[in-house]
Amino acid sequence: MVIKVFKNFFKRIFSNIFKNKRDVKLGFYGPPNAGKTSLANRICKDFTGEEMGSISKVPHETRHVQFKEKVEIEYKGKKMVFKMIDTPGIATKIDYEEFLKYKIKKKDSKLRAKEATQGVIESIKWLDDMDMVVIVLDSTENPYNQVNITIIGNLVARKIPVLIVANKIDLAKSDVKKIEAAFPEYDVVGISAKQGKNLEEFYESVFRISKKIQ
Amino acid sequence: MKKSVKKNLGKIKGFSIQFIPYSEIKNLNSDERIKKILSIIFGNNILILQGKLTSNEETRLIGDTMAMIDHIKEFKGIELAVISGDKNESILGKFKKGLANILAGGDLGAITIIGPATIVKDIKRNPKKIELLLS
Repeated sequence: MVIKVFKNFFKRIFSNIFKNKRDVKLGFYGPPNAGKTSLANRICKDFTGEEMGSISKVPHETRHVQFKEKVEIEYKGKKMVFKMIDTPGIATKIDYEEFLKYKIKKKDSKLRAKEATQGVIESIKWLDDMDMVVIVLDSTENPYNQVNITIIGNLVARKIPVLIVANKIDLAKSDVKKIEAAFPEYDVVGISAKQGKNLEEFYESVFRISKKIQ
Repeated sequence: MKKSVKKNLGKIKGFSIQFIPYSEIKNLNSDERIKKILSIIFGNNILILQGKLTSNEETRLIGDTMAMIDHIKEFKGIELAVISGDKNESILGKFKKGLANILAGGDLGAITIIGPATIVKDIKRNPKKIELLLS
């Protein structure tokens, strides 16, 4: 009996130690071309000196889930270690003809579309594995997009903490208030991943929201 | 089934709009709901569904339709929009609505629109209205 009590006591202590030391899986989700990789690159560059993936004006540049392990983010003396997961943009339709407009050859456009559809499926599969998710939205676009609402709803149903980032605040058409109005129940931070604007508020929000991880 | 789907989506000459009351899907499980929805949209129909799917079902629908893009000729995905009641309702109003939804077995005040992207070019949505742009 006494041995059993001791066993359970140590088991609990050890599991708590390892639980606390586990890297937080931080996912970047959102529609194509919102700036998920730009933001992930900015964070990685700031804290590891390396970028995560390539960026492009052509939608669906990220077509596979990309990872960066052991990214230690330091903010106001606090440190947290993240496993960063940059995901392909989620869309409900993908047409190869859209890529032809960017002067990509037909054959390559078809391949890009094929990989992009696989990327969406991959992103959806990874939803289960996240500890916390940053939804990156383009603040120059209409936020009332069903994909945004569906993904956020899905994360809430899984009790995964969500932070909404209104990216591209450096552009004249940017409207962060519209995003705040569309998602009044969530934290919204306006940033420019490209120019590194307002990242302090972003890191503060990440640290605050990470406390909700179950 | 697949043969006729290919035929239909390859030669779009028209479409129809199907309205489904929530009672039609209320007792179906997620697999059956998605199967029913897919059979409607692959028949060149725009579906107007009373109520809404769960967020998990909506995500599965996106994933399943993505997986079919490569396998069904001319299929490019779907357009999807859900419009619900007033988000800025009072606490009492939300409570009443929540109770009514529980009794009804779903959010009957919501409307879901799903159509193949070959027909529905875009769905412009704001808090108060949905605008369908057809190809």
